[in-house]
Order: sequence, then C-alpha cells, then structure tokens
Amino acid sequence: MKDLFRGELVRFTMEEPELRAKSEVRWQRDTEFHRLADGDPARLTSEKKIREWFDKQAEDGPQPKRYSFSVRTLADDKYIGFLGVWVDLIHSEAWVGLAIGEREFWSHGYGTDMMKLCLQYVFTELCVERLSLGVHEYNLRALRSYEKCGFRLEGRTRKDVLREGRRTDTLWMGILREEWLQMQNGGQK
Amino acid sequence: MKDVFTGKLVRLSAFDPAEMSKAYTRWNLNSEYFRLLSSSARPLKSAKSEAKWLEEEVAKMSLASYFFSIRTLAEDKLIGDLGLDVVGWAGRDAFVGLGIGETEYWGKGYGTDVMNVLLRFAFTELNLRRVSLSVFEYNPRAIRSYEKSGFRHEGHVRNALNREGRRWDAVYMGILREEWLGLGTDTDIVLDRDHEHRN
Amino acid sequence: MFDIQTQLFEGQDIRFGPIDHEKDPEIESRWTHDSEFMRLVETGPARPMSAAMVRKQYEKLEKQVEEDKDLYHFMIRARADDRLIGKVSIYWIEWANGNAYLRIGIGAADDRRKGYGTQALRMLLRFAFAELNLFRLTAAVPEYNEGALALFRKSGFVQEVCRRKSLERDGRRWDLYLFGLLNDEWRDQARAWPERK
Repeated sequence: MKDLFRGELVRFTMEEPELRAKSEVRWQRDTEFHRLADGDPARLTSEKKIREWFDKQAEDGPQPKRYSFSVRTLADDKYIGFLGVWVDLIHSEAWVGLAIGEREFWSHGYGTDMMKLCLQYVFTELCVERLSLGVHEYNLRALRSYEKCGFRLEGRTRKDVLREGRRTDTLWMGILREEWLQMQNGGQK
Repeated sequence: MKDVFTGKLVRLSAFDPAEMSKAYTRWNLNSEYFRLLSSSARPLKSAKSEAKWLEEEVAKMSLASYFFSIRTLAEDKLIGDLGLDVVGWAGRDAFVGLGIGETEYWGKGYGTDVMNVLLRFAFTELNLRRVSLSVFEYNPRAIRSYEKSGFRHEGHVRNALNREGRRWDAVYMGILREEWLGLGTDTDIVLDRDHEHRN
Repeated sequence: MFDIQTQLFEGQDIRFGPIDHEKDPEIESRWTHDSEFMRLVETGPARPMSAAMVRKQYEKLEKQVEEDKDLYHFMIRARADDRLIGKVSIYWIEWANGNAYLRIGIGAADDRRKGYGTQALRMLLRFAFAELNLFRLTAAVPEYNEGALALFRKSGFVQEVCRRKSLERDGRRWDLYLFGLLNDEWRDQARAWPERK
C-alpha cells in the first residue's frame, strides 16, 4: 500500500502547536496571505493565544471529524504550511482548507501536490464520498490548482465578500469519489 | 420520505433520563429482565444515580451514540429502550442494544418491530453499512427475533458468561446494508447502481 | 422613503416572537419526533428530543445570540391564538461582509402549505435587509425539499450553487442547493408585497 503522507514535493506530518503558533504569528502579518486564505477580517493575535488554541485541539485528541496536518518539503523538511480536513460523518462529505505561509513556495506546484495527497487520503483512507472546498474568485492560482486536481466548479455565491470597497464571489468546488477513482484509472485530466 | 421513527407496533421516542431511570429501577427488580440484558451482576442502583450518568451521556448528543425510548403506538406506553453506538466511521458499523422492560410485551413481535425500525434508521438516516449485536445464548426468543429482522450469526464468544452454575456463550450477529435492502420486507427502497430512488 | 412604522414582527396571519421557555419545549419536542420535519429542516441526523433537551437547546441558542452575535432566532406564532407554528433563524452572520444564512421551519405537517412560510420569509427578509442591513442572504436547501425550493424560487432567490450528492438519506445521495438573494434584489420585489401597518 502507498505511503499516504508522502507526495512528490511535500509530506504531511502531525500538527505541531508550538511551530504552528510561531509561524502563524508571522504569516498573519502578510495581508495578501490572509486575504487569499480567509474571508473574515484580518487580525493580529498573540503567539500565546494561537498556541493555546492549538494546544486545546491537541488535548482533545484524535477526532473522527477533524484531521490537521503540517506540511513539510521533502527536500529540506521545511515547514511551509498546513492542510485541514473536516468530515461530515453522517453524509460522508469532507471539506478541505489548505494554506502555504512561506511565499517562496507559491506557484511552484506545492499546493497541487498537497491537494493530491489530500485527495488520496480522503478517498482511500477516510473513504468519504465527496470532497468540497470554497475559494475566492480572485484566487486564480488556487482555482487553477484545484481544477488540475479534478475539482469541478459547482457554483458561486455572489458578492459575499467585501474587501477594499469591492464585492467578490466565493466559488464552490467539489469532487466525487467516483470521479477521483476514474481519474486514477483512466489517467489524469 | 419514510418516517424513520415509526413501526407497526411501536415508535422510537426521546430518551428522557429522569423518566428512564425510574423505569429501569422498576424493570431491574425483575431479575429475568436484567439477566437477559446484562452480563454483570447488576447492583440495584438508585434512580437518582442512574439518572445523572444518563443525563450526561444523552446531553452530549454525540454523533456516535443514540438513545431512544420505545413506546407503543396503541397507547403511547413506555415499554423499553434502545441504544446504538457507532464503533468506527471508516467501516460505518454500529452496535445496537435493546431491552423491553414490560414483560407483557414479550413474545408478541414488539422486539422485532423495534429492531426493524432501528435498522431503517441506521441504514437510511445514519447511512451505516452494518449493524452488530451480541446476545446471550440462553435468550432464544431474542435470537429468533433478530434472525427475523435479517441478522446473521457471525460467531460465538465461548463461555463468556457464568450464571446458574454453568458457562454460556455470547452470540454475535450482524446485518449488512445490502442484506437489509435486499430483504424488501419493511422497505420499498431499492438501491440500484445509479442510486435511483424508487418509492 | 423612511418607513419606521411598518411592523417588523407582525404579519398577516403570523407574528415573530421570542422563545417561551415554559410552553415551547413541549411543542418543539413533538416536532422532533416527526422525522419528516427533521429531515426537511436539518441535515444532521434526525433524533427525537425530550422537552428537557429542547429547553437546554434554547438556553444554548440564547447564549449564542448574546455572546457570538452572529445569530438571530425567532419563533413563529399564529396571530389569532399565539399558537407556536414554527421557527426562523438568520445564522452565520458575517458583519464585515454583510452576509448571512437563513432557515425556516414550520413544525406541524398540517400547518404547511398554508402560506405561513411565505409570510415568515417576507418578514425575515425585511428584518435582515432593512434592520440588520445585510447585503445578501443564502439558503441551503436539499433537492428533496420541494416546498422550500418553491418558496425560495418564487421569492426571487437565485439558485447559485449545486453541491452535487452532498447528502445521503433514505438510501441515496442528494444534491444540496445554495440560493442567494441580494439586498437590492429584495428591495425591487418587496415593493409589491403586502405589508401590515
């Protein structure tokens, strides 16, 4: 069986509260990073507060409805970002959110590699029926990456984000298990 | 959509710890009742201590645990209770335990009706893929009832119990979703390749 | 036109009201025993709740309204006799973006298809757009909920997203639609809707 946590550029490791908090406190200062990743107003939180939040998650222990990974490069074992999966256990639907905090790793295929690893994990280990995500319409890089991975655009909630005086849409994407399986068997899109 | 709480003789209703602990106290006085249900020598707990523990469990509203009380359709009488615990989400398997405390409802098809309702709930609302149970070998009435609902024998845990001077096996039974759908008895859902809903 | 007189909480046959902690739990407990109702209003698994459990839920709800400030919740009552008919909420409010989700439920099967949902929705829209000043509202509706689909479509909501096969119920998978309505779209239509002064 494949190594579920090793891709071509990155590997998944466990969430490390101290490292994540130290990195988040830096990343949150990068406005572009925040506005690509989130829809709520930017804020600056203390490392202590962030650390407490992740410590609490770690304390709760493994939960069937939430999976958090740290992402490290295979080349230098550098911590570059994170990926989180939330599972609706009854309907067998998972949601993914990922972010690369270290800018120099944008646009070099790292995000796509992370997402491919995630797809393999959710469909062959968690055995969910579909994986969903939301993305800002102005995040073209992410949009292209997700399309490459096989996500289909399922619609857009119009003008639901307001920034710099401008309203943009949130794009909703999804991939079904049978679609992903077909991609594995019949070759890439 | 079908009503997933109602059968032909009974309905599943809310589990109210205060009401249930009083009922348990009464039912547990009947040693036959708790010997059919429980493997341990059960202390006769006070209604109050039972209620507190139950209250905490029920209040959690965990996706992995479901508590129901069983009431008759005819008179809305509380006759027993039912619990379902998801064992693992990847395998979508759950353990069920049911007990009818009012003995005049034994041997009349009430247990089978409860189980049929439960299976519909498990397979069409929780979307589980199998339901499991264990039953004592000296409870042939329950074993027959479960067989009628479609459960298959999967094994014995030998000599698991010690009662009345001898050892007894615990019998393990299970039913798969495909098997339940295939029964066609209490259900008019047919799952075909395209997951088309026919009613 | 600066209209501060038109009643926000009084409709034609229904009114919005707060939770009645004494009387409502028993009635809402009964609704939770109706799996058809639960499957229309909830995507989570239907589970019957005792009045005591409902009472606890109400407390959690009011706490959330008070502390998180991202939720508004009203009970729907008949104007004639104050009978509890249903409930509405505006939830997941994002103030910076001006958007929120909404949900309506009419508890008893006999009370459905009587126009109460339409009246409740109109009142809710007015509250959301003219009192909370939200920019847009979203409603999530499973494809099997024909009543809700019809209600939102005729109220001017646009079907924006089809989350394919997101729900599993009754042995098959179903699509989940997201409908959206913008403030000025509401305003254009609302002029034609009857109001209670």
